[in-house]
Amino acid sequence: MAPYEKAFEALGLWSWCDAGATGGPMSMDDLLAKAGAAGSDNAESFPFPSLDVLHKACGAIPRTRDMTAGLERLFLDVKDPVKVVLDPVTQPLSWALRNAIDLMQSLPWWAAILILVAIAHFAGRRIGVTVFVLMAFLGLAFIDHFGYAMQTLAIIMVCTFICVLFGVPIGIAMSRSNRLERWLTPFLDLLQTLPTFVYLIPLIFLFSVTEPKLYGIAIILYAIVPSIRLTNLGIRLVDKDVLEAGEAFGMTSWQKLYRVQLPLALPNIMAGINQTIMLSLSMVVIASLVSAPGLGTLVLRGINKLELGVGLVAGLGIVLLAIVLDRVSRAALQRVNKMHQSRT
Amino acid sequence: MTESFVSIRNLYKIFGNNAPAMVSYAKAGMHKKDMLQAHGHVLGLRDINVEIKKGEITVIMGLSGSGKSTLIRHLNRLVDPTAGEVIVNGTDIMKLDRVRLQQLRRTQMSMVFQKFALLPHETVLRNAGMPCSVRGDGRAKTDETARKWLRRVGLAGSEALYPHQLSGGMQQRVGLARALTSNSELMLMDEAYSALDPLIRSSMQDLLQELQKDLQKTVVFITHDLDEALKLADHLVILKDGEIVQQGEPQYILLNPADPYIEDFVSDINRARVLRVRSVMEKTIAEDDGYEVLDGDETLERAILRSHGAADKSFAVHSDGTRVGTLKMTDVLKALVPTAATGRNHSNV
Ligand SMILES: Nc1ncnc2c1ncn2[C@@H]1O[C@H](COP(=O)(O)OP(=O)(O)OP(=O)(O)O)[C@@H](O)[C@H]1O
Ligand SMILES: [Mg+2]
Repeated sequence: MAPYEKAFEALGLWSWCDAGATGGPMSMDDLLAKAGAAGSDNAESFPFPSLDVLHKACGAIPRTRDMTAGLERLFLDVKDPVKVVLDPVTQPLSWALRNAIDLMQSLPWWAAILILVAIAHFAGRRIGVTVFVLMAFLGLAFIDHFGYAMQTLAIIMVCTFICVLFGVPIGIAMSRSNRLERWLTPFLDLLQTLPTFVYLIPLIFLFSVTEPKLYGIAIILYAIVPSIRLTNLGIRLVDKDVLEAGEAFGMTSWQKLYRVQLPLALPNIMAGINQTIMLSLSMVVIASLVSAPGLGTLVLRGINKLELGVGLVAGLGIVLLAIVLDRVSRAALQRVNKMHQSRT
Repeated sequence: MTESFVSIRNLYKIFGNNAPAMVSYAKAGMHKKDMLQAHGHVLGLRDINVEIKKGEITVIMGLSGSGKSTLIRHLNRLVDPTAGEVIVNGTDIMKLDRVRLQQLRRTQMSMVFQKFALLPHETVLRNAGMPCSVRGDGRAKTDETARKWLRRVGLAGSEALYPHQLSGGMQQRVGLARALTSNSELMLMDEAYSALDPLIRSSMQDLLQELQKDLQKTVVFITHDLDEALKLADHLVILKDGEIVQQGEPQYILLNPADPYIEDFVSDINRARVLRVRSVMEKTIAEDDGYEVLDGDETLERAILRSHGAADKSFAVHSDGTRVGTLKMTDVLKALVPTAATGRNHSNV
């Protein structure tokens, strides 16, 4: 007799159990148990009442295997209706990614470098940083990694732009409502703690691997969190006195937002964007598993085909790109900070 | 007597979750300490009645935590009262909706803050022009008004600088210019000079007095410094634990403190420098008796100097050229001895 059978009998659930006993496919464990036959009953007379153990006592209770299969079925069932909504909404993302990648690659190398160096210069206004950026790109081009780096960069730019576009307004909304903050915080925690691979699993089900939005969504979900968090934090930390001054002179809440809160929160918001850029970069490498182009594909090749040199050089390229992105966004941040510092 | 610009009537403010229910206790005579102990609510203000006269400087004085900031924030409804009313220029501000309240704040009142509260990312010119730009005035008009008032407070030439490039005193001048730019009647100053060092502070007080001579704004000025209060006040309100202990003309309060608390306050000041001849003189319209002439607005210090230490001397006190009284040096000496409290709530409102 299986453990816990008595318990179900005592609870009067016998008929319910019998009615639910449908057999279903046997698991390996069941087969082994059958082969071992009786006599091993008291090998463990008091096992943990897990789903599998309880199933033996009462057929109506699903096995763990049934549960995961059920989850999969549920997912497949809702997939189509979800896609009806999600597909058109996310289509612009695919479009933007595809075009950005094409654009970056269609530019002649000197034009691309010129544009990137110019962006770096105007964002940071630091000669040292600008020269470093120039050297980094020339170096990448010299070892024939420029095209890959451009693909990676294009993806990061598009994703960062979308993260800011949505993250900052969400952060603003969050700073205005304590309730929203309470509700959103666990989700943001979840997005940040979930292992990056886990993002990809439901997305693969929803979208085909050939669509850029697959990795686009994964990157955005992962990288948007600091933009939201730091916008919220920055606005909440705005000097109460200055806000009060705005109020005392009759500012509307809209005026308070764009004349006081956003400018005073700008250092924090920029710090959030810096983190968003860095997280995008780390995710775009992992997203090469689901066909994101760029330096990540080379790393993947290094792993899959044991081409040690290819993987390492691509890895170094990623590090170089990371330093470039970090230095430029940090220089921009410092420029903003300088305006806000030394206040009494 | 001049008319009131702001009337505060039976104002109560209680901080806590169940504030409205606490009002009845406060009305029944419960004070700050007891309310905190018995009900866990902070009694911010209790039964405040003040008439703020048009064109005068009303100074609200009290120690830290006595409720000064809470009181001044009721005038522009940065804080809402728990009970009572605030009438500004004939309108009960509790009856205003959000838009009309904003309108009131834009047109009728301005505020100067202890920590300046300037916008760090905007230039001095933009900061000073803030009240205009908030109202939606055009850039050119805003800048012109701001420039005018910056010049008036002595900041011509600093328009393009950012606040962090200025010293504290200059930053507060920007704060003052900002308040003036709003061109509103009521000016609220919450410890506006407390963060400045003494010399700068004194020159800022002079600036305010000089501006006041030309503009005659209705000013509510908060301070915890008695010398500052006596220098500026036309009407002095003394707060303690959220209640008014005494209010009236400063000279009168100095000579007739209503309460040991105020006696303490006034005991260490230099009375000779603060008391004025007209507060101490005898009101006689006597004929010409050959005494030396002294103006009623002079301080006792001046009178002592003029007497060369002679204790039996007398002066003929004049005001606006006419004889108003006689000052005996013996009275001067008496006035210099700190007065004991003359009983409770002896105010001359
Ligand atoms: N939002 C609030 N919640 C609870 N208590 C408050 C609040 N604001 C003020 N108080 C209390 O009200 C009392 C008066 O505070 P207020 O800031 O008006 O004092 P103040 O006279 O301006 O003091 P200071 O000279 O330090 O500025 C204090 O006991 C303070 O703790
Ligand atoms: Mg205060």
